[in-house]
Amino acid sequence: MSELLQHLFKVTISTVFDVMPIVLIIFGFQWLVIRRPIPHLKNVVTGFVYVLLGLAFFLVGLEEALFPLGELMAKQLTDPAFIHGVEHVAGTLHWHDYKWVYLFAAAIGFATTVAEPALIAVAIKAQDVSGGVISVWGLRIAVAIGVALGIALGTFRIVTGTPLHYYIICGYILVIIQTAYAPRSIIALAYDSGGVTTSTVTVPLVTALGLGLAGTVPGRSVLIDGFGLIAFASLFPMLTVMGYAQLSRRRAAKNHVQQDDTGG
Amino acid sequence: MHKSQIIRSLWDSFRDLLPIIVVIGFFQFFVLQQPIPNLGKMAGGIVMVVIGLSLFIRGLEMGLFPLGESMAYAFARKGSVLWLFAFAFALGFGTTVAEPALIAVAAKAAEIAANAGVIENTRPAMDSYAFGLRLTVALSVGFAIVVGVLRILKGWPIQYVIIGGYAGVVVMTFFAPKEIIGIAYDSGGVTTSTITVPLVTALGVGLASSIRGRNPMTDGFGLIAFASLTPMIFVMGYGMLI
Repeated sequence: MSELLQHLFKVTISTVFDVMPIVLIIFGFQWLVIRRPIPHLKNVVTGFVYVLLGLAFFLVGLEEALFPLGELMAKQLTDPAFIHGVEHVAGTLHWHDYKWVYLFAAAIGFATTVAEPALIAVAIKAQDVSGGVISVWGLRIAVAIGVALGIALGTFRIVTGTPLHYYIICGYILVIIQTAYAPRSIIALAYDSGGVTTSTVTVPLVTALGLGLAGTVPGRSVLIDGFGLIAFASLFPMLTVMGYAQLSRRRAAKNHVQQDDTGG
Repeated sequence: MHKSQIIRSLWDSFRDLLPIIVVIGFFQFFVLQQPIPNLGKMAGGIVMVVIGLSLFIRGLEMGLFPLGESMAYAFARKGSVLWLFAFAFALGFGTTVAEPALIAVAAKAAEIAANAGVIENTRPAMDSYAFGLRLTVALSVGFAIVVGVLRILKGWPIQYVIIGGYAGVVVMTFFAPKEIIGIAYDSGGVTTSTITVPLVTALGVGLASSIRGRNPMTDGFGLIAFASLTPMIFVMGYGMLI
């Protein structure tokens, strides 16, 4: 127990150091440029302390509970012995032998994204600003589906060894096409949701999966093929969030028509 | 805060975490067919994650959101665009240069460069390469936030700026060394940390709602999108120069 407390203490200190530049910049500008006291200073400071403590608890808990098992799992699922079974001869693996890996990639991508604190923050803000048209859960599920698709496709790329930039460039083209059709008000939020999906929870597990896979699939280099999953995870949410907005617009339009029918 | 509120927010956080527990449990029992090692330690960890997430979200609403917004209003009232840009740049640069995920990625990239023979395979050479890379990414994020703020002030539609950025990424991809591409593409995703995102989002939304003629929904978001795009271009550029 004391070991755990010590660890927690260490993580808290390092989080404080990570946040130091932000605090310095904010207070520096506040005092030197804006020259006004921060409104509700006491609340803000308490909030900062909550955020710091919360993040430290969160990280230590993840390290204690979920990361070791998740990383071990990524290793075991990508292990050739698990994939071929023992009787199989090496060198006869096809991309479809890795079905559990794709499924795990999608599931873990979805699950970690739902728990991603930065995404929760943006979703709360989006619900506030949109007056409830975008719901916190709708946005989070849309983003999580995007990450799941992205990471599953990313593991497929590692297995087949196709170049990363072809996928990403195709993804960009899809984003541009969809932008032309999506409701204007969602576009900025959709673009943002690409970047917020991948922070504290998703990155470590997904990186472990990518590096493990690149290390065990014959003919792949860890250095060239192991990276790129995060890029997939930041691209696909843009597509699914715009899709979510299109769906909710269509549903709203349909309701509207129905109301007119019954009303008229 | 009432007791029932605390229980509610703890329950919400637990629900956020539930999918991870289900996924790991399913794969452990049904696919890998192994028992969970260290069940007690795991349960303790989950309790900590739940408490941490609840505290974080509470702090967000008490501290980070109001702070970001009140600073946005203050700058808008002050009316000095130059100071606003200086603040935007400092925020982007300052939050990125110390970002732990970026430090890890930079070290990895230095290793790749050394293996590929781009730089000498010695500790000092790798360290200076990694440090240069960190500065490059931090500069690119500072630049991105400035451009994003400028977009909010001017009311430019976001898609044109982003599509321009994509074109930059595609063009750079053809010229950049092959080894750096994966790292460069990933670096876009890792730069935006859990504390930066709420602050920057509140700043953008606050600015858009304090300037007449701007809609917080269409104009307020988008800063994070810029911050995840420019590092890709800058990192590939760095890979080409060195």
